[in-house]
Amino acid sequence: MNFAPVIAVGELQPVFAWLYGLLQSIGLEGTLLTVVMYAGLGGTVFGVLCVLALFLVWWERKIAGHIQQRFGPMRNGWHGWYQTLADAVKLLQKEDVLVDTRDRPVFFWAPVIGFVAAFAAYVVMPFGKGLIVADLNIGILYIMAVTTFTVISLLMAGWGSNNKYALLGGMRSAAQVVSYEVPMVVSILTVILYTGSLSMVDIVESQSGLFFNWFIFRIPFGPIAFITYITAATAEANRTPFDIPEAEQELVAGFNVEYSGMKFAMFFLAEFINMFTVSAIAVTLFLGGWQGLSFLPSWLWFLGKTLMVVLLLMLFRWTYPRLRVDQLMEFAWKILVPITFANLIIAGWFKWAGWYW
Amino acid sequence: MTEYLAVLIFIFAGIGIVLFTFLFSRIFRPRNPYREKNINYECAENPIGTSWIQFNNRFYIFALIFVIFDVEVVFLFPWAVAFGQLGLFALVEMVVFILILFFGIFYAWRRGALKWV
Repeated sequence: MNFAPVIAVGELQPVFAWLYGLLQSIGLEGTLLTVVMYAGLGGTVFGVLCVLALFLVWWERKIAGHIQQRFGPMRNGWHGWYQTLADAVKLLQKEDVLVDTRDRPVFFWAPVIGFVAAFAAYVVMPFGKGLIVADLNIGILYIMAVTTFTVISLLMAGWGSNNKYALLGGMRSAAQVVSYEVPMVVSILTVILYTGSLSMVDIVESQSGLFFNWFIFRIPFGPIAFITYITAATAEANRTPFDIPEAEQELVAGFNVEYSGMKFAMFFLAEFINMFTVSAIAVTLFLGGWQGLSFLPSWLWFLGKTLMVVLLLMLFRWTYPRLRVDQLMEFAWKILVPITFANLIIAGWFKWAGWYW
Repeated sequence: MTEYLAVLIFIFAGIGIVLFTFLFSRIFRPRNPYREKNINYECAENPIGTSWIQFNNRFYIFALIFVIFDVEVVFLFPWAVAFGQLGLFALVEMVVFILILFFGIFYAWRRGALKWV
């Protein structure tokens, strides 16, 4: 089968056209050209994600510091701006301490699967107008399906370490993530009801116009869906107040106790990529994606909005105390699931009656 | 189908990136394992026995409830996409479907299955 290459359109289209011409001029064509293009895009996305993760770790530490009336990292550069880079270099040099009683293949592949699950979601992420690797027609369903593999990675890490803390952390996180998966997906379905398409580009296009066309402003079901989504997404990303899996004070670090060096770094990277993913989905579904006033390029709007949602998640982390396990599970099944389903039915009723703009 | 090639390439690129990083850090990292270092971390105590033991079956019950709702969500996706053409009948039908499932979760609630003891 011969795969024809797809070139992105939009603001960066000239750059892509130029690269495409360059690849053609060195004799690549057909499927091979497509593969090279996608591999290049994958490398680019990885680079962007690494820079973002480095920034987010630094940002989180600064926010944590300032909330607790201290400065956070200050030594390396202006306000410690390359502190995370130094940490990454340090992690690169760390010995890989391996537990003798571990389950070898499970222990080894857990960080790989965790990273791939976080990374593969970016195939359908609309970074800007036409700035998307591949516009799959099942977009949001694909993201949900792929990011769920994080659970498997956490379970594998917990089981493979043969450590009691790690096993408890892995089991708890599996229970938590699958419980919050249901309200998260149902909140997303509220949006799908109105767009009638699963493609990320279609979802963004359906919110075009000024900000009152964003889904969050479709009163009454829009704001409710956004709040339930953000709550469930915080739990999905394993962040406080839902960070039971890695509760430092009781489980030391949960599933990643026995990991060190680059294996630990991969879990850490995947965690921050996941945080950015859930924020980016929130922006795409509820806050108009890359839509914005035309004085700024679309990808800047997307980035700005997403960083604002990330800021919200960080403020959650540093202002709320952690929930107990029983509170956590009961909150998911007894409060969040009924609310989201009721909201879905109300949204369906409004859609059928035509009470929306 | 061209777009789906991107998924495949991203998955393999992801695996490749991680494996490359592991190999790359091998150049820089020291390697000095000994028996005491490689014992499981348990706050400086020697661990007793393996951790691959039986654990509470409430995880199993939650997994079962999750599977029920996840299958329901699979039904809801095509319903939501096609809702614009389906009208009131589809809405009523889905309300009945959701109510039946909620009867199930209510039963589990009453029996104490949702309680995390």
